[in-house]
Parts: sequence; C-alpha cells; structure tokens
Amino acid sequence: MQNLYLGVEAIGQAAIDGGISGVYAYPGTPSTEITEFIQASKLATEKGVRSKWSANEKTAYEAALGMSYAGKRSMVCMKHVGLNVAADAFMNSAITGINGGLIVTVADDPSMHSSQNEQDSRFYGKFAMIPVLEPSNQQEAYDMVYSGFELSEKLGVPVMVRITTRLAHSRAGVTRKAEVAANPLKLPQHPSQFVLLPAIARQRYKSLLQKQESFEQAALASDYNFLKKGPDQALGIIACGLAINYLNEHYKNRECPYTVMKLAQYPIPEEMLHEMEQLCEEVLVLEEGYPLVEEAVKAIFSKQIKVSGRLSGILPRDGELNADLVAKVLGLETQEGASVPELVVNRPPALCQGCGHQDMYKALNEAVDKYSKGRVFSDIGCYTLGALPPYESIYSCVDMGASITMAKGAADAGLIPSLAVIGDSTFTHSGITGLLDAVNDKSNIVVVISDNESVSMTGGQESSALGKIESICAGVGVDPEHIRMLVPMKKYHELMVKTFEEEMAYEGVSVIIFRRECIQAAARRLRTERKIKQNPKL
Amino acid sequence: MKTDIILAGVGGQGILSIASILGEAVLREGLFLKQAETHGMSQRGGAVVSHLRISDAPVAADLIPKGAADIILSVEPMEALRYLPFLSPGGYIVTNTTPFINVPNYPDVEKLMEEVRKQPRFVAIDADQMATEIGNKRASNMVMLGAAAPFIDIEPEKIEAGIESIFKRKGEEVVELNLKAFRAGYQFALKNR
Repeated sequence: MQNLYLGVEAIGQAAIDGGISGVYAYPGTPSTEITEFIQASKLATEKGVRSKWSANEKTAYEAALGMSYAGKRSMVCMKHVGLNVAADAFMNSAITGINGGLIVTVADDPSMHSSQNEQDSRFYGKFAMIPVLEPSNQQEAYDMVYSGFELSEKLGVPVMVRITTRLAHSRAGVTRKAEVAANPLKLPQHPSQFVLLPAIARQRYKSLLQKQESFEQAALASDYNFLKKGPDQALGIIACGLAINYLNEHYKNRECPYTVMKLAQYPIPEEMLHEMEQLCEEVLVLEEGYPLVEEAVKAIFSKQIKVSGRLSGILPRDGELNADLVAKVLGLETQEGASVPELVVNRPPALCQGCGHQDMYKALNEAVDKYSKGRVFSDIGCYTLGALPPYESIYSCVDMGASITMAKGAADAGLIPSLAVIGDSTFTHSGITGLLDAVNDKSNIVVVISDNESVSMTGGQESSALGKIESICAGVGVDPEHIRMLVPMKKYHELMVKTFEEEMAYEGVSVIIFRRECIQAAARRLRTERKIKQNPKL
Repeated sequence: MKTDIILAGVGGQGILSIASILGEAVLREGLFLKQAETHGMSQRGGAVVSHLRISDAPVAADLIPKGAADIILSVEPMEALRYLPFLSPGGYIVTNTTPFINVPNYPDVEKLMEEVRKQPRFVAIDADQMATEIGNKRASNMVMLGAAAPFIDIEPEKIEAGIESIFKRKGEEVVELNLKAFRAGYQFALKNR
C-alpha cells in the first residue's frame, strides 16, 4: 500500500531512504515538518540519523556542509527567508562543491500564508549556479530527494529542491523505494577543495563554470523535464513544477491540444526551448513565484514569438497560481459558486487565551503610554501578533533579530526610549550579535525577551535558548543589574509596569526577560504526563 | 467518480482528523487522493480549510477550483459560508450549527443559519449536542463526517473501517463512541437532506 504523505513528509522519508546521515534545520513554515518527520521516524532513529534543531539556518547549512565534507549524505531544510540567513554558506558551498551528497530543501511561500515576503528560491539556485529540482507532486518530491543525493555526488555540487507551501502541506499517496545505506566516512580527494583562499577559489570558481554544461545536460536528460507535442500550433505552454497540475486540471487524461513543456529540473535546458520554438507561434509560461523562466525564454526566443506570463501581466505578478487563473488565461469556461454573504467576518489569527505574551504586552502598553507612539521594534514569532488589536504594541517586523538592532539604530538616532520585543528562539537565532553591538556602543535600549521556552509559532519545537538566556546576556556584557527576570501573569502586572519604567530610565542596555511556558506546550506536556500516569509502561 | 470536499473550521477544531480518516478509507479502496491543509500562522485561531479531492483517476491540482466542490463540510456555521464560491451548482453544504465564537464581531447565529438555508442543498446538524448525547462532545467531528457520508462516493462501511483504524490506538471504547457518532450523523443526514 502507498503511504499518505504531506509533501514535506515525502521529502523527510526520501532523505531517510536515500541514505542521509543527518538533517539540519531551523523551524520555519512551510518547511518545519520535514525535520519533524525525520525526528519522529523510528527508521531514522535506528539508522542513527542526526536530526536535532540548529540555532539558525546558517549554522544548519554549515553543519550539513561539514557532514558532506566528511563523505556522508546530508540535507539542510529551511523556509525561503531562511536561505537569506544561510546565503553566505550557500553561495560558497557551490564553489567548494561537496563530498557526500548534499541537498538543500527550500520551501517558498507564495501568497505569504505565513511569511513576510514571497521571494523565489529558484533565483538563489541560479545565482549560485547549481541545479534546482522543483517537484510537481508528492511522489516527485520523494523521487527527487531520494535520487538527489546521487545527482549531487555525480555533479559535485549541492542540489536545491524547491517546493512551495501548496505542495509542502498537501497529502497524496507516495510509493517508497529501497533503502540506501549511508556513505562511509571519507575525506575529500583534494585537501584544498574546501579552502576558499583567493588563489584556490579562482580555480574552484572556474571549475563551477565548466560544470554548467553538465548541469544543463543533466536537465535535458532528466525524466522530470519533457516536451509533449500537441496538434494545435497556436500556443505552446511551459509549465514549471506544480504549475503543470493547474494546466492538467482542465484536460481529461492530460490531453492538452497545445505543445507542453514541463520543466522541473534546472538549469533550463536551452535545447528543449529551441525545439519548442519551432512548434508554436506563441508561448505561455506558468510558474509559481517570480518570472524566472519567462525572462529567460524572452531572452532566448526570437522576437517574433510572443511570450506571456506573470511578467507580461497576463497572469498576476504576485500570489499563488491556481487552476482558475490558468483557466482564464487559456480562455476556458470557469464557474463560480454563490458569493460569500456580507455578514461573514474575518477571523484573524490571535494569541492563544492565557498566553504570556498577552500579559507582557498589557504591561508594556501601560508603561510606554506616556511617550509618543512608534517606539517598540519587534521580531518574528507568535508575539508579532502584538501588532494587531487589541494590543497594537509593535511597529516593526522585518527579519529574524532585527528588533534589537533596529531599536539600537533608532536610539542612536535619538529616539529615547526605544524598545525591542524578541522571542527566546529568535534571540538565539539572530539576536545575540545585535545585543553585543548595543553593549559595545552603550546604546540606550530596553530589550524584552518574551521567553515561552519553545519555538511556538511553528508548532512548539525545542528552543535553542532553553535555560541559557540570562547567561548569554551577561556573557555578551549586559550589566547583570539590568538583566531583569519577570513572570508574565496578570497578578504581577504592577511589578511588570514598574520594571519597564525603571529600565527605560536607565541609560544603557537593559534586558527584561519575561518567562512563562507556552500555553500550547503546557497543554501538550500535561496530556503526556497524564498518559504516562495512566500507563507507566509508556 | 470524483468527490471534491471543502473541509472548513477554525484552527484547533480538528478538521484534519476528518481528513485523515477519509484518506485512510480512500487508500484502502485503491482510489486517488490529494488533500491540502492549512498549517502555520492561521492555526492560531484563524479560519482553516482543507481541500480533499477523491477520484478514481489521478488528481491534478491540490486545490479544488471555484464552483467545483461537491461538498462543503464545515464544523462551524460561519465557516460554511466563507467557501460558497467553491461550491458546485449541485453541491451540498453540511454544517454544524454550533458556532465557534472567537472574534468580537461574530455575526448573529440565526442570521448565519438563514443564509445556509437559502442554499438549495444543505444539511444543518447540531453535532455538539448530538455528540454530547452519545457520550462525548469531542466526537462531534465524527457526527459531521457521518452527516456528509451520504454524499461521498465511498461506502459508509469503508469509512467506518477508516475510523476504526485511526482510533484503535486509543482503545475499543473510543472506537465505539466514534462509530456511534458517525452512524448518528449518517442517519440524520439521510432523513434531513
């Protein structure tokens, strides 16, 4: 029987079956469940696959590269914006190349269901000049990751697997393949391969450039890419990854009258494009994300052939594609049910009842009320919901760790008091270095670390910060007298307000740590404890 | 055959357990399935939806196109109405009448039900009440699944096998409770469609 897997689960299973020795990741929707799947897998445990969370995507990437250096297969997973954090390691790993097969799985979030932008990771793949695999369904996601390690070893570079939210969080039947044994420990053949001193890096870069032809040949030969001739020459369609489904949705037995090129392995095989150029008068590009393929096709095709897609404006430039949008472009009949009655209201996400962030924000609002608005910088996590009513406490959410550094910059500019609100796990992800800057510069800021002892927005993963925050702050150089500890509860409201006032009056770096277990994590813990009590054998 | 179902509710209401039971039944039958879920930020009390597509041929898109859903199965009345543009002209709304009120401007429930009753084909059921009478309010999702079962192209016995398989780890008693809830919903829908 097939296994019913989410796209992310298919990727986790494929990595285990494909012979990884370790997965490295920091949680981020929609990529989180890949690593969670491996952590929960009995098979992975038996095989000794290493799977604990990393502090951030950069440390995760570098560790995965180190595992590859040692000859083993490894995978590193992140959401799209996580690759910005890991970009230094990522770009340079294309130049060092790999030893054991290395897959970097990046989950993009078009339509920004749970993200601050919808950047398209295929551009990163092109930027680093490595092959990119873009699965169109759950089985392909499994197959691509399963055989992706071998592809990486054959081509000598990391391979990117790019998925989007829709595939990540959709389930379908998946057939597994035979398990591959882990690689033996084996150092790189050339001891200088990973030493990117300029003289060596120049050689390595030349070698990467020389390999480009083999990457394109691999894409041309790939079963994931194909050209299917259609009887109607008026139009040709290039469908990338998931977009092929939105096309197939409209044709029984997949019998589209136009020539269709499915593209799921990059770099774009130009030979296939030239073949297509002969077969159609006009070309439509269907791709999820930015118009990467459309731009490339426009540059390659002769000017007589009209190319349309997201760039030309025939499809929306932003947001996810869907079958309805594709139907409209193709001039197919669509239907729509009744409209939504006016009395239906939105249900925006909100902080859970009883969450400690709520008590912290209530105290914060009272303490800063006497100043003009716009002084609280924040970060990425559940507490970002403090931007919405009824709190409306925060004025920024940019990238991981930016609360502390933006508050510092604003304070340096003269906005006193300036405050930062950051979570425990975001603090260890990217907040520590910013705090060090503030200490060294004696910036006048108040940093609130709202510590719920877990990575809650992504489902309650273990936080790298657990039990370490006070000592990290002291170690970075914050005056211990200005590292304050509070429990965010209604009964301590007055104390919390007073502490805010005292620390805002202090000219220097203050850290106020609000510590109370995430209410969801507490509920899960109590359920488990009850189960163990009922059945001690567990 | 094909049955396209929109499963609607609020984060934390457990619509995914309905989806996993149907998924289990579908795979046993050797049918094809795609089921798209909402994870992430919306799970914090926001509106969540799952698109469940069952077919005897491979399913293409993970999402149901507009106007193509055979069933909107909602565990909450306002959420049933949110996805009306997806309902096909011959489709059914199957909704719980117990509201989940977590926003200050939640509309009047009677007005919501009026909108539901304006639709040509619907089943409205107080699943919380029915599940409570059977023995546990938490089985209301199985009442809802039962109420939708007459409109799904899978024999109810096959869905029951899915329920047994999903709940068997929790013991015989839990399986029986959920089967009873499923059957009660099923009978209600047959009489009140």
